Amino acid sequence: MTTKITGKKHFDLYAMTWRLPIIIWQGMFFVGPIIFMIAMSFFLVQNYRMTEAFEFVNWEKMFSRGYFWDSYWHTVWIASLSTICAMCLAFPAAYALAFRASENTRRMAIFLLIIPFFSSYLVRTFSWFVILAESGVVNAALGWIGLGPFTMLNTTFGTLVGYMTLTLPLVVILQTLAMASVDKTLVEAAHNLGCKPFETIWRVIIPLAKTGLIIAAVFCFILSFGDFVAPFYLGGSQDPTLPILIIDTTKSGQQWPRAAVVAIMMMVTLFAVAFTGIALAYRKRSSS
Amino acid sequence: MTTKFSKSSNLTRRSLLRVGGGVLLSTPFVSRAWAQTTELNVLAWYGHAEPDMVAEFEATNNVKFVPKYYAGGDNMLALIAQSPPGTYDLILSDGEFVQQLNAAGYIQEMEAADYPFDDMLHPDFADFPGHWADGKLYSVIMRGGHLGVSFNRNAMTEEEASSYEGFWKPELKGKVGHFDWHLPTLGQMSLKNGNGAGLFDLSDDQWQAVQDTTMSLRSQVGGFFDYGGTFNGLKNGEMQAMVGIGDWITGALERDGAPVGSVIPREGGIQWTESYSIGVETEKADLCKKYIQYTMSPAGQVKSAQMLAYPGFCVTKAGRALLNEVDMVEAQRTGQVDGMANDPITLINEGRIHYRDVPKQQSLEDWNDFWSEYKNA
Repeated sequence: MTTKITGKKHFDLYAMTWRLPIIIWQGMFFVGPIIFMIAMSFFLVQNYRMTEAFEFVNWEKMFSRGYFWDSYWHTVWIASLSTICAMCLAFPAAYALAFRASENTRRMAIFLLIIPFFSSYLVRTFSWFVILAESGVVNAALGWIGLGPFTMLNTTFGTLVGYMTLTLPLVVILQTLAMASVDKTLVEAAHNLGCKPFETIWRVIIPLAKTGLIIAAVFCFILSFGDFVAPFYLGGSQDPTLPILIIDTTKSGQQWPRAAVVAIMMMVTLFAVAFTGIALAYRKRSSS
Repeated sequence: MTTKFSKSSNLTRRSLLRVGGGVLLSTPFVSRAWAQTTELNVLAWYGHAEPDMVAEFEATNNVKFVPKYYAGGDNMLALIAQSPPGTYDLILSDGEFVQQLNAAGYIQEMEAADYPFDDMLHPDFADFPGHWADGKLYSVIMRGGHLGVSFNRNAMTEEEASSYEGFWKPELKGKVGHFDWHLPTLGQMSLKNGNGAGLFDLSDDQWQAVQDTTMSLRSQVGGFFDYGGTFNGLKNGEMQAMVGIGDWITGALERDGAPVGSVIPREGGIQWTESYSIGVETEKADLCKKYIQYTMSPAGQVKSAQMLAYPGFCVTKAGRALLNEVDMVEAQRTGQVDGMANDPITLINEGRIHYRDVPKQQSLEDWNDFWSEYKNA
C-alpha cells in the first residue's frame, strides 16, 4: 500500500476527533492554570483576600528582595548538585544492568526500581529520620568503628538524601533504557579495535546513549528543583529553596500573588533547562 | 465436600418474611438516626477535633466534627477569607487574631450570660483584648499556655534556660531550632532586648535592634520546623533548645518521658491564648454554643488540659479544681496548683507574662519579610 502525500493540507475531522481530548486536557490543566497564575501575579491582597488588579507591585517586591535571589540561586545550585550526584550514582548500576545483566535480570531490576513509586514519597522521606538521626542507624554503625556521631538531618546532605530518594530510581531506569538501546556490536567493535573500558564508555556508550542520559538529567533537575519535601523535612528549611519560599509567602500574609511570581520564575527556569537539555540531546554531531 | 445445614438454620418462607419485615420496619429509624447526625465544621489548631477532645460530645449530641486545621493566626484568617461564607461553624482562634476576625465580619455576637465569665481564673481572661467590641462579646477564651525557653535537660540546665541568653550557648551551635512562625520568635527576641510589656509595640530603633539580636542567633540555628518537625527535633535530640515554643510542645513530650522542659525566663514569657468564636453565617449556632459551654465546663477544661496533641492550662476556677482532683500529676507538672511558683496565674500577676499580639508599629508583612531574610541568612 502506498500513501500519497500531497502538499495540500485539509481539515481532517476524524484525526481532529482523536486529537481533541489531549488538546482540551492540556488547555484545561496546563495552559489555563498557567494563564491564571500569570494573571494572579498582578493581583493584590487586601485583608487576606485576593483582589483582581493589574499592578506590578508583586514583581517589584520579589525582585527587590535579597532573600528571593538567595533562594533562587541556592535552588539552582542544589538541584544541579542533586542532578550530578544522581547521574554519577546511577551510572554504574545502569551500566551493569544494560551491558552485564541478562534480559530477565534487567526486567526484574526495572520492576524493583519502580516499586518505590508505589509508596508515598513523604513516608519514604520520614523513614530517613530513623536512619540519619544522631541516634540513628548510620551513626550507630559508625559508632562501632569509633566514628561520629555526625549531624546529617537538617543539613544540605539531608536534603540531597531526600532528592536521591525521589530521583535516583527514575534516573537509573532512564539511564538503563538509554544504554540498553546502544548497539552492542559498536561496543564490541570498540573493544576489538583496542579501546580501553573507560574510553569505550566515554567515547562510544555515552555519545550513543546521549539523548536518554540528558533526558534523565533533565528529569532529575526538574524533580529536585520543584521538591518541597526534602529541603523542608530533611534539610530543616536551613537553606530555603524556592518551594519553601512559596510556602512561606502564602503561609504568612497569604501573598498568593507573590507566590505566583516565584512559581513563574521557577517555570521559566525549568522551561529553559528542559529546552536546553532537549536541544543538546538531539543536536547532531558536527562532521569533522 | 458437602456442607451440612442444621434444620434450625433452614430458611423458611415464614422466617424470611419475618426477618425481612423486621428489617424493613426498622429502616426508617436507622436512617432517621443517621440523618440526625449533624456535621460541625471547625477551624482550629491541630488536635482540637480529635477523639480525645470531641468523642464524648459527638456521642452525646449525635454530632460529627469536621475539622480544618491550621498553623498560625494569619493562616487561619486566610482560610476563612478564601472560603465561602458559612463554611466554618465554629472557629478556634489565637486570642490576638479575634479582633481581625471581628473587623472582617467573620464571627457573630455571643451572649455573655451563656458562659462562665464569673468563674475565670484571672480578670484579664474575662475581658481579653479584642474579644469585646462596643460592649458586645465575640469570643470566649478557652485555654492558654506560656512560651519561654524550651530545652533538653541533658544539654542545658534550668539555670541556663532561665534567660534567653541560653540560646547563644556555644555548645548549642546547630542545635537551636525554631518553630517556623515569626510572631513568637521575634516576640521572644524583643523580650530579650528588654522591651517588656511593649514587646510588640516597637519603635523603628527597637525593631532594628530586635532584628540585629535575632540575626546574631542565626549561626546557632539548626532548622526551622512545623509542629511535627518541632516535636520530632526535640524528641530525637537533633534539637536541644527551641525558640518560640513552650510547654504546649515539651509538655506532650515530657508526658512520654522525654528529658525536655520549658521555663519562663527572667526577661519574661509570652502567653498564647485560644478562644472560640461562632461563624457569622452558621446555621448551627446553638450547637456551637453548646460545644463552647462544654469546653468551658469543668470536664471540658480538664480535657483541654490533658489534650493529647498539646496541653493548655485551664482558664476557669472550676476547671482547675477538677483537674487538681482527677489528675494532680498533670496539674503539678504545669503549675496549676495554688501556691506553686510556676502557677501560670501567679506568673501573669507578677507581670512576667505578656499576651502574644500582632506588631503595633510595623505590619505583619514587615515581620514576615525579615523572617524570610533571617531564614536565608
